[in-house]
This record gives sequence, structure tokens and C-alpha cells, in this order.
Amino acid sequence: MTHSSDLSGSPSAAAGAPPALRLRGITKRFPGVVANDAVDLTVHAGEVLALLGENGAGKSTLISILYGLYQPDDGTVELDGRAVRIGSPAQALRLGIGLVPQHPLLVSRHSVAENLALGGAGGLFPARRVAGRVRELSARYGLEVNPESRVSDLSPGEKQRVEIVRALLGGARVLILDEPTSVLTPQEAAGLFHVMRELKADGRSLIFISHKLDEVLAVADRVTVLRRGKVVGGVPTLGATRESLAQLMVGRSVDFTRKRAGGPGAEAGALLSVSHLSAQGSRGLPALRGVSFELRRGEVLGVAGIAGNGQSELVEVLAGLHAATGTVTLDGQPLSGDAAGRFRSGVAHIPEDRIHSGTVPSMTVAENLALRDFARPPLARGLARDLGATDERARREVEAYAVATPDIHTPTRLLSGGNIQKLILARELAGQPKLILAVHPTYGLDVGATDQVHRVLLERTQEGAGVLLVSEDLDELLSLSDRVAVMVGGSLLGPFAVSGVTRESLGLLMGGAHPHSVPGAEQGSAGVGA
Amino acid sequence: MDNVLTEALMRALAVGTPLLLACLGAILNERAGVVNLGAEGLMAVGALAAFAVAASSPDANLWLAVGASMLAGAALALLHAAATITLRANQFVSGLALALIGTGAAGLLGKRFEGLPLFNKVADLSLGGFTISPFTVAALLLAGAMAFWLGATRPGLALRSVGENPAAADVLGVNVGLIRVLAVLGGGALAGLAGAFLSLSYRSSWADNMTAGQGWIAVALVIFVGWRPLRAIAGALFFGFLYYLQFRLQGNSPVPTEVFSAMPFVLVLVVLALAGVRGQAGNAPAALGRAYVRGER
Repeated sequence: MTHSSDLSGSPSAAAGAPPALRLRGITKRFPGVVANDAVDLTVHAGEVLALLGENGAGKSTLISILYGLYQPDDGTVELDGRAVRIGSPAQALRLGIGLVPQHPLLVSRHSVAENLALGGAGGLFPARRVAGRVRELSARYGLEVNPESRVSDLSPGEKQRVEIVRALLGGARVLILDEPTSVLTPQEAAGLFHVMRELKADGRSLIFISHKLDEVLAVADRVTVLRRGKVVGGVPTLGATRESLAQLMVGRSVDFTRKRAGGPGAEAGALLSVSHLSAQGSRGLPALRGVSFELRRGEVLGVAGIAGNGQSELVEVLAGLHAATGTVTLDGQPLSGDAAGRFRSGVAHIPEDRIHSGTVPSMTVAENLALRDFARPPLARGLARDLGATDERARREVEAYAVATPDIHTPTRLLSGGNIQKLILARELAGQPKLILAVHPTYGLDVGATDQVHRVLLERTQEGAGVLLVSEDLDELLSLSDRVAVMVGGSLLGPFAVSGVTRESLGLLMGGAHPHSVPGAEQGSAGVGA
Repeated sequence: MDNVLTEALMRALAVGTPLLLACLGAILNERAGVVNLGAEGLMAVGALAAFAVAASSPDANLWLAVGASMLAGAALALLHAAATITLRANQFVSGLALALIGTGAAGLLGKRFEGLPLFNKVADLSLGGFTISPFTVAALLLAGAMAFWLGATRPGLALRSVGENPAAADVLGVNVGLIRVLAVLGGGALAGLAGAFLSLSYRSSWADNMTAGQGWIAVALVIFVGWRPLRAIAGALFFGFLYYLQFRLQGNSPVPTEVFSAMPFVLVLVVLALAGVRGQAGNAPAALGRAYVRGER
């Protein structure tokens, strides 16, 4: 990744004009935790400020305060030197603060224009009125948006552009982008950065939130780092490195080398064979089109792809949650039956939606840990559950996986995402599975929890388990996988040996480029089994 | 033959009018995300309120009677709004309670109006040789107006957005609670108007249980027509025609009348099953039936 710095530096600071946005001593307390502790932050007009921090560092709270969702307990927000009170998101918009949320907040059944017209002015034909201005903004900043499209037909990248246009329509001079690249291919992200530079050149201020240090270095002018609610540093990106930023963010040095040492040898046999798997998606459209691949014992097979290209269905089919045609064998035995039966034959599933598919939020840690086998010995005697054994095992697993919970009888809805994920790992891996289906296993987790999840998965491959790793984070895939496949429109490209692919080549394949036109992808495909 | 068809169409239109009015009311509150199963009760109080005003004196103002029916419907619906929007109670349970309260209260308070004559009923209009109730004309115009209002105006857009994704509307400064309350009141007023048609025009009298389950059919009709006001005209005509058939067959058939009386309800089940198969239920507003709590995922 190149570091394409903008040499303009920090523009209006020199001119003596007040900063576009200044936070002074912002403090926000929640029961038992200080989410923001006297946070000072400035953004000038025509500047991109990156806000860096691990989960729980206080970024979301700070954004919520800026967007009027929370009121600070202490401190002031100044816009162009004037102190303001931001009572609601609508008021934030009126004041010129726009937010492009991580998960778009749009009415999916309505057209783009209808979404953008909501909250605007004018009585009759609101959608028609707004369409012209949308086209004008699209052309001016290179934001491709068709006002007539239905939001439900849009890709994540397009929805994000709609959110940007909305903020601009509202006259936003300060634009907050909350982890905008987490759903984009590298090429789409490059497109977004282009838009960001255009906005900046136009004198707008941008606050860019990301975990991805390369992106921060590429697009931001300055970086402010939050740790445990406090600002622990602010540096210009000019001269900063990935390593220096990571150290600021985590408080210790972080190793960026590939985590996977050596994969299984060529002599390792096939563990999972999938051939000609086809399935329908939820809307009756084909979600899988003749997918075939092999996963070897002890191998990590990464699956890349933009959300909605069949990865979810592939995993659900393998886990027994989705009907399909084709054959699947595990260890030579045909794999069929329902999800519970498949778990017993050695298929563990770390689902995409960890809160709602992975756990029952209202049930306790101990109950959630026992979901797979509460009805069988040793957790049950005959028809009665053995609550003592259940609790004892829960305590053991909470300890082993370092799940931070007040108690094993705490409902899991009170746990953070990282701890919920550890709990799911503990439950799914308890039965010594042969095949581990892991979907976005570290999405939204901080560096520490991510590290632990990666370590646990890799440990299991040492014991011969195969891991099918679906992730939108290409760095994660490249760091863990032995081979990587790409899913586009329900078809599987590859798998390619990880040594033969790059972020860029994967990005092109995810975007629908033909494998033969992508350097590196072709040679790798001759890898295994084909 | 032509005469028979025209006769059938005009009768179906007349019988379908309360269905259309109540269905439009339900569309209004359901597009804002609030289910109201209480249409039967709302129609009953509407019918009684209209009749009570119209029968109070020989020169009673019929406009006033119509206004009273809408006011009564809206007043009863206010209970539903308070329970489901302010207190976030379950919309289905509250709606059922409303149906029971409405029919019960109307039956009790209406005792003294039973068998009374109406001094002057709402006169039918003569349009190109057909007699048609002004209520029917109003209902048809209202369907068109509502389709336009929902599709092409900002308040309509705001209402639809509240029913699809209240969080998205809220962030843009749309008052989700207010819109939902107004939609429920409007829905109640239209169901009340449907009742007024029965007591001032169609029957021109008051009888206990005179709504005879039409409120329930209107609730089902909303799903059948996919929450679209213009399709509601076709849906109301269809069920109106079934009622018409029932009247025609009742007199000269060996089949007991109860079978015919049950027919609309059996058909509701059939039609809803068909709508389910055709994926009609997928047209439901995304936030239908769910209370909105700011900041909840």
C-alpha cells in the first residue's frame, strides 16, 4: 500500500480562522464507565481528520455526541468558533454536521430520491424536486447515484454514496464517515477516497473513522487517537507509519506479519468435498451456482467477496440451515441432515450475525454455552438437565476463553461483541469439530479479541480441523488462509494459493473481473484438486 | 344479461362501500406501521354516533351526524394510539380489545335507538341513470386521493417512511410518534365513517351488531390489496359481490342461511392463504406492528 500523502498539509490553520469544528473537554459518563474523558479535538475547513481507536475507545460515543444522539456531561462543541448545543440528529444536520453511518439508515423499499427528499422542504412531488439536485451533486463530486433506483437494489457502496449525498443536500460542512470502507472492495474504497478528496478541496471538513491504518495514511491529513476514552495522541499523517499509529492506538507494538506459519502439506487428504452445489436465495434467485471445491485437513480456506454474493448461503448450506442441490462429503461420508445432526458429525458454525443467530440474547452465558448439548449427558440426566454440570462447564469455558462477563448467569445481551464471539467459539469448538465454518469471525472486534479468535482458529488446524473462513477483511484472509477463493454472483472462483494473490487482484475478482485478466490469480488456481 | 351485470355491480359497490372506507382507514394506519384490528368496534361506534345525532330531531343536520361518526371513531382509536404508541403495548392485543369495547359499548348505548325511524336518511345520488350513495362516491374519491397523497406528497412520504423504517425517519427530524398517532386517529375516523354509511344510508336504522363482521373483513382486505388504496377499490368490489351473491342465493336454495352468512369469512381465509402464496405479505410495511423505541437495535 502506498502512502499518498496530500502535501497541502493543514490548510486554514495558518490563516487564523477558527476551526470548522472544535471539541473542548467533552466528557460523557455511562454507569460504571467514562466513555469520553475530557476529549479535545479540532478539524479545520478543508481537512481530513482520522479518528483512530480500538473498540470501546470512545469513538462511537464521540460521534453520537456530535450527531446529537447523546448530550455530553461536560465540555463544549464549537462550530466556526461559536459554541453550539446539538439536541438531535436533525439539528446536527441543520448546523451543518452530517454523518455517514456504518450501517446505512435508509428506507429500503423507497427510491433513492424518496429517501433523500424525506426531511427536506416542499409539499408536492418531493422526490421529483430533489432528483435534480442529486444529479448536480453527483456530477460535482463524482458520486454515482441514480435517484430513481430502489434502495433495496443498491450495493453497500451505493447506499453509502446515498448517505453522503444526503449529508451534502443538507448542507453539511463537517462530514463524519464511520468506518466507511468496511463494506467496500479496495477499488470501491479508492473511489470513496477520491470523493473525499473532492469534498476536502471544496473546503469541507471530514472526520474519517477506520481501523485500517493504510487507509488512514492514504486519505487523512491528521490523526487523533483515542484510547479508553482519552485522546492519547494527535499526529500529522505525513511521516507517520502503520507501526507508529498502531502503537499509539493499542499502547504497545503490534506485529503485522502473516500469522499463518505453514499450511498443511500436500499429502494432507481432503476433509470436505463440495461438488456442484446450487441453491436459491431468499428471494428465489439463484444464490449458489454450481459451487465445487475441496478443503484439506488442517487447512484454512478463505472466501472473499462483497456481501450478498452467496457466501452466506454457502455457509448456511454446509451448516444445514439452507436447502441445496449437489453433493457434500465430510471425511468421505455424505454430509446431510439438519444443523444439530451436522454439529454432532463435526461441523462447527460461527455465524455471521453473532448476536441473533449465534446466541439467545436474553439467556444467560451458561445457557448460551449449553445450547448445543443441554439435552445430552453430561449436561442432562434422562429428561432432567444437570444445572450443576452446566454451570461448572460454563465456568471452565469462560475461564479458558477469557470471556469478560460479570457472572455466568448474566444475560449475553449485556456482553460486548468480542465477548459474545468468544462465547460462541467456546461453545462451537467444545466438541472437537472437524470442520469450522467461520463467517466474519472478527468483524467489529478490537485488536486484542481479534488476535485471540485468530489464535484459537489456527490452533484447531494444528489438530487437523479444516476452517472455511468467510471474511470481508482481505487483510484477515491473506493473513490466515492457505488458499483463498472469491465468490461473485453465486459462483466460486479459485481457490488460489495465497502466495499468488494480492489485495488488488482479489478486489478485482470481487468486483467481477474475469480471472484470466487478473495477474496472479490464474497461476494460483492450478493449486489443488482441480 | 347486461341489466343483471349492472345491477350486480351497483349492489356490489354499495355493499363494498363500508369495506372500502374501513380498509382505507386501516391502510392509513398500517402504512404508518400501526396495526389496528379494532375496525369492527370503530365501525359500530361510528354507526351509533351518526344515528344518534340524525335521529335526535326531525331537522337534524346530516353533516353533523357524519362528523359525529368520524369523531367517535377517532376518539375510540385514540385509546389504541395511547396504548400502542405512547405505552408501546402489543398492537394486536390492543386492537382486539378495541373491537370488543367498540361493539360492546355500541350495543349497550344503542339499546334505546333500536327500531327507531330515521327522520331523513342521506339521499342517494342519481348519476347517469344509476342511484348511488354519496358515501360510495366519497369512498371512491378518497381512495384516489389517498393514493396520490401517499405517493406524491411530503406528508405521505413521511408517513410511509415511518411505517418502513422509523429510525431513519427519526434521524431526519420526522416526528415518528406524532405521525403514528395522527394516522391511527385518521384510520379510526374512516372506520367510523364506514359505520355512518350503514346507519345513515344503507340501512337507515340502528341495530345491535349491524356491522356483522365487515370490520374484520376490512382488516383482512388490507393484506389482500397489498396496502394499496386503489387496489382496495377492486378488493372491496370483489367482497361486495360475494355479499351480493349471498343475498341472491339465500332465498331460493336448500342450503341453510348460516352457510351463506359464514361465506365471507371462509373466503377471507381462502383469500389470505392465496395472498400468502403469492407473496402478498411481502408488501407489508417493514415496521408494521412494531413499537418504535429510539436507539434500540
